[in-house]
Amino acid sequence: MPTVALEKKNTRTALFAFLGALAMLGLGYAAVPLYQLFCQVTGFGGTTQRATDAEADGAAARAAGQQISIRFDANTASDMPWTFKPVQVTDTIAIGQRELAFYTARNDSNVPITGTATFNVEPEQTGAYFSKIQCFCFTEQTLQPGEEIRMPVLYFVDPAILDDENARGVEQITLSYTFHKAIEQTAANKGEKPAS
Amino acid sequence: MATTAEGFDTPDHGHTDAHAHDADHKPGFFARWFMSTNHKDIGTLYLIFAIIAGLVGGALSGIMRMELAEPGIQYLGWYVNMMGGEPSFEANLHAWNVIITAHGLIMVFFMVMPAMIGGFGNWFVPLMIGAPDMAFPRMNNISFWLTVAGFFSLCFSLFVPGGAGGLGAGVGWTVYAPLSTSGSVGPAVDFAIFSLHLAGAGSILGATNFITTIFNMRAPGMTLHKMPLFVWSVLVTAFLLLLALPVLAAAITMLITDRNFGTTFFDPAGGGDPILYQHLFWFFGHPEVYIMILPGFGMISQIVATFSRKPVFGYLGMAYAMVAIGVVGFIVWAHHMYTVGLDVNTKMYFTAATMVIAVPTGVKIFSWIATMWGGSIEFKSPMVWAFGFIFLFTVGGVTGVYLANGGVDDVVHDTYFVVAHFHYVLSMGAVFSLFAAFYYWFPKMSGKMHSEFLAHLHFWGFFIGVNVIFFPQHFLGWQGMPRRYPDYADAFAYWNSWSSLGYTIMAASMVVFFVNLAYAYIAGKKAEGNYWGEGATTLEWTLSSPPPFHQFETLPVIEDHHDYHDHSTSKA
Repeated sequence: MPTVALEKKNTRTALFAFLGALAMLGLGYAAVPLYQLFCQVTGFGGTTQRATDAEADGAAARAAGQQISIRFDANTASDMPWTFKPVQVTDTIAIGQRELAFYTARNDSNVPITGTATFNVEPEQTGAYFSKIQCFCFTEQTLQPGEEIRMPVLYFVDPAILDDENARGVEQITLSYTFHKAIEQTAANKGEKPAS
Repeated sequence: MATTAEGFDTPDHGHTDAHAHDADHKPGFFARWFMSTNHKDIGTLYLIFAIIAGLVGGALSGIMRMELAEPGIQYLGWYVNMMGGEPSFEANLHAWNVIITAHGLIMVFFMVMPAMIGGFGNWFVPLMIGAPDMAFPRMNNISFWLTVAGFFSLCFSLFVPGGAGGLGAGVGWTVYAPLSTSGSVGPAVDFAIFSLHLAGAGSILGATNFITTIFNMRAPGMTLHKMPLFVWSVLVTAFLLLLALPVLAAAITMLITDRNFGTTFFDPAGGGDPILYQHLFWFFGHPEVYIMILPGFGMISQIVATFSRKPVFGYLGMAYAMVAIGVVGFIVWAHHMYTVGLDVNTKMYFTAATMVIAVPTGVKIFSWIATMWGGSIEFKSPMVWAFGFIFLFTVGGVTGVYLANGGVDDVVHDTYFVVAHFHYVLSMGAVFSLFAAFYYWFPKMSGKMHSEFLAHLHFWGFFIGVNVIFFPQHFLGWQGMPRRYPDYADAFAYWNSWSSLGYTIMAASMVVFFVNLAYAYIAGKKAEGNYWGEGATTLEWTLSSPPPFHQFETLPVIEDHHDYHDHSTSKA
């Protein structure tokens, strides 16, 4: 039979073990916001950056005149009855300069639908340098039946991309969007999601 | 093999001793087997459970090899019919997914883990450290029945709708989102996930129990550095379970809420990311593969030392190699997901970190060989299985080094090469160590000797069988045959027919195994306390076979003057 002292010691050891397990469970859940933060900060998996006007001015000041090609890609989730496409398929832009691109979306169904777009860029190492100042993907879009709208993206490519050896040889960046039906429960933070 | 027990007066004489009579008082059948708090009985229950689950999982792989014996789809409709469904092209394909899912989950969670940790761990950790029982005998009982409940939940999932017009959860053992969330309508996937919750909870409780037992209940004089290597292996495994399983629990709970309660952890439409599920799953999943093999390492160390009549070579190196494997196992998970779009630097890190694991693993392999070197080797049944383990696990380890390379994996990811690799380390590594341990300890557990001839026959049948099954799958993989499909191009027919032939050889050898069991119980000689002779030096050999119902009422004392350095001379 275990002595009282041993029983106490055992209970303490087991308690520490359970605390360890509980901490790992917490870490599993903490991984959700941490992963999002990690992607946003590092551009991991092609997560694009969000910039202010002032930051855009700073980038423009560092521009050195090189050009890069941007390809625009548009997709919809399988249950999304919208026609969604870019106005321009590719565009050659100056690195560091503010650029404007347009997409169009039309609601092909006969009910109003609110959509939200996820986004990222390929190749993924350029995510840290692709900055959006304004984007239709920052907010939800509601389209009435048959309604068609033009949606702008104001963006620039950070000149720091020229100093990154992993981004050397990148001649074209693909900016891709996918429109999903908005989900009510997470409506509050729709604009900020990464889509790595 | 760090310990001997010469300093310990053995209670071998059983019933002549008043205490031993008390110690052998057993409760009635129902109380003994259904409300058991005795570590040996719970170990036996785990082993019986693992054998039954292994038969189910093995039968499922039989259906798979039958279907894959020839191109085309021949038998899946028959399976759908048997399960009460309506055969159709869709339903048949779904049935295939269900079969591979059930095979994987059963073999991992309900065969290998219960046998290694619940079965042999429960039986021999307290015996080897000189403890009367586990630290928390009732919690031990809960662990076992949670595992059984998990198995029933998984079996139940086979009979309820799982999406794609069929019954059962067809999501693979990895349960990737979005297939497991929006892709599988119906309760089957919920039951499958719930089964993982139950089995996981049981394993976490079990791990806590082992950690407490090993830290607090070692016999006087048995320091950590004198523990037998099997105990070390279970200790490391328990830590892996404790740290990895809660992450799986978190991930699959997110799956459940994504499926049923409108959260979007893994749904991009709501700001989630399905790749995050893969990260979480493999953060658990990679330690899990070491959970399945580390206790096997421990068993092989005991067996090789016993039948070489030498203490294991490099005891401390062996113990800390397992610790190192456990630690590094937590930081290599993304090598399972090289093709999700990781950048080159990330792949470089995971490639390098993965290859580092070959170092402690190599320490173990070479130490086993060094243990045999110059030893007086006896080819008893556990030893031949241990030889088989070392050879086949090394083959699986070598293909593991191939696959560790991010660039190579881009080519063979999700092909039969990967299937061959992980079956060499699991269905040959883990299973060979289980059979080695079974033949090593079966007479100790049952009190009856098995037939050495049948055990050797079982070995040769199984060895040839599994090699014929899995070696050709390397070729199929390099030729580009993808995993997880019931049909294939005619070009793959030749090696698939060999693979299915191998299954029948393996299955026939399993008949020999059960005949041997029957032989032992019907006609087996009574086993002595230490039937392997002087090579077997750990504490369980100081007890009768089977050991008394309660052992070590007076704790054995481990003498100080012989440790792993001079153990070999202490007999003289």
